[in-house]
Amino acid sequence: MSTSRSTARRPSQLFRNLNAKIASIPMIVTALVVFLGGTVWTIVYSFTNSKLLPRLKFVGLDQYERLWSQPRWLTSIENLMVYGVLSLIFSFVIGFVLAALLDQKIRFEGVFRTIFLYPFALSFVVTGLTWQWILNPDFGVQHIVRGLGWESFAFNPLYDQDIVIYGILIAGLWQGTGLVMCLMLAGLRGIDEDIWKAARVDGIPMWKTYLFIVIPMMRPVFITTLVIIASGIVRLYDLIVAQTSGGPGGASEVPAKYVYDYMFLAQNLGQGFAASTMMLLSVAIIVVPWAYLEFGAKKRG
Amino acid sequence: MRYHSLAGALAASAAIYITMPAGAADLEVTHWWTSGGEAAAVSELAKAFDATGNKWVDGAIAGGGSTARPVMVSRITGGSPMAATQFNTGRQAEELVEAGLMRDFTELAEKEKWKDVIRPASLLEGCTVDGKVYCVPINIHSWQWLWLSNKAFEDAGVPVPTNWDEFVAAGPALEKAGKIPLAIGGQSWQTTGTFNVLIPAIAGKDIFLKVYQDHDAEVAAGPEIAKVFKAADDARKMSAKSNVQDWNQATNMVITGQAGGQIMGDWAQGEFQVAGQVAGEDYTCLPGLGVNELISTGGDSFYFPMLDDADKTAAQEVLASTMLNPATQVAFNLKKGSVPVRGDVDVTAANDCMKKGLDILAKGNVIPDTNQLNTEDTNNQLNDLFVEFFKTPSMTPEEAQKRYAAIIASAD
Repeated sequence: MSTSRSTARRPSQLFRNLNAKIASIPMIVTALVVFLGGTVWTIVYSFTNSKLLPRLKFVGLDQYERLWSQPRWLTSIENLMVYGVLSLIFSFVIGFVLAALLDQKIRFEGVFRTIFLYPFALSFVVTGLTWQWILNPDFGVQHIVRGLGWESFAFNPLYDQDIVIYGILIAGLWQGTGLVMCLMLAGLRGIDEDIWKAARVDGIPMWKTYLFIVIPMMRPVFITTLVIIASGIVRLYDLIVAQTSGGPGGASEVPAKYVYDYMFLAQNLGQGFAASTMMLLSVAIIVVPWAYLEFGAKKRG
Repeated sequence: MRYHSLAGALAASAAIYITMPAGAADLEVTHWWTSGGEAAAVSELAKAFDATGNKWVDGAIAGGGSTARPVMVSRITGGSPMAATQFNTGRQAEELVEAGLMRDFTELAEKEKWKDVIRPASLLEGCTVDGKVYCVPINIHSWQWLWLSNKAFEDAGVPVPTNWDEFVAAGPALEKAGKIPLAIGGQSWQTTGTFNVLIPAIAGKDIFLKVYQDHDAEVAAGPEIAKVFKAADDARKMSAKSNVQDWNQATNMVITGQAGGQIMGDWAQGEFQVAGQVAGEDYTCLPGLGVNELISTGGDSFYFPMLDDADKTAAQEVLASTMLNPATQVAFNLKKGSVPVRGDVDVTAANDCMKKGLDILAKGNVIPDTNQLNTEDTNNQLNDLFVEFFKTPSMTPEEAQKRYAAIIASAD
């Protein structure tokens, strides 16, 4: 680079790192055609009355009006909100506490890390089915506790409309917390040892060090984790299918399932596209502020 | 092609009319018949087709129609069609036909006089788009059956009901004896099916047709349908403790006497047969819920996507006529528990319940199946509504009817 600066004429910006640019062409084309093209196509067709096959017969906002008047869609949104907020809070709290405990230079750290991260290696379908059995009143927890003598014990979340979403939350947390823990642990390892020493010299209690010094320093890790977890929440589908199929009585429906059901079961592409456009919008609401915080701020700084 | 016609001519001239080796091909046939009785029925079709010198390549898709149909549709629209595929008789493949993806069988239909042999005529109408025939109906299934466990009523000390009202009246006695009066699986199509059976039984055939054929929202919001919702409310209370998912698990509760009854299509009969139960002794069947003796004429049809391969195209025709062959029809339908689509075949082997169905069919007391009248979109919305209604005790019948009328109003 220093040689290029010494010459009189700077080479054109376009040809700098030419190899890298050529190498990235496939990815750029993929991004433009598949992601952007697919997105635009979906949004355009969400304004049509496409049924089994896509067709360009525009009906304005009809699909969206129908979408927002469907009780099932409203339930789906509500479920996603409850699941999303609780899942974020609990996976962050539990994940961070586990990471902090593992960070105490304990023995067999590798073993514990593997145990906690292991659920993440399973697919959601396996997790869902396993927890369906565990929570099944005839085979699982309720059956075992009753077998121990507590006859009136009732723990039956998957068959109760009011609390079914919490039954799903349990399985979701079991699966996802390990990843949060690992990311947090990596963040904690990035904190300079000297900071701990300085805090200890000043006599600051450990919990205060974590809360007011370490966590603020881990901001980038927190934001990355937030985006990973949040995008996973919006996509929530397989866990529901495996655990409840949206039941009982549609009480655990989620938006992604609505999209699939309308596109493929109900043979109504337009309605499915409208719903997936709304999902895209919700993802954008999460990703855009993050991109702004991460990249926008750096440019100014 | 020239070779084939030559071979055909040779075969004909030699007067060897066993099979035509020319045009023999492997045809992949997709369907969602995977339970014991269903698989046995399919193997009858395969046997009959293999006997023509072609080869049946089985493409069973497990998980029921709702899992299988998206796979089938995406294969057809995605450009790698199978040679033949099952759909329910009705509107499920309507758009694929309109898009020109399915083969036109009008010529074969005229040659083999399908119009004269297939009854009721509505079956072939379901296959006909703009005067052309696009599919082969293979069986008739009807929904309008109430299956009752004689043992459950004996245990409860009440006589086996002969109609819906008596059944509802027997509900408390059954419950007292520790039985679940009405078994309904948790899958949404079962709840919708139950409601759709209640309509002609409670409100009559005309109302059923007005709602589903004419999509008359006023009738759907009217007093007749309100009565049906009242009955559905009874059904909901009677099935409150039923916590199985699949229809055959619910049927099994009737077979073992844990439940009083189940509203389910005639495919449930296969389960009673497998369990070695005898109609009239161990179980009772009430067509039209014992109120309005009529049955719907849904079922399954086979569609044949357009193919480029000439051999396979020729074999598709052989498969189509094999499926309608009288011998195949009897062999297949007896195993499947359904009624043959031909009126001119021998069904003396049928059991009591099936004979009741054949009687009603002969009298012409039939209604079209909801699959023939509604699009999948409408059916899916109804599924969403009824699964919620049946599982949410706090949802009033009036509230549900309002939503029902809105779905009917938007149906096309």
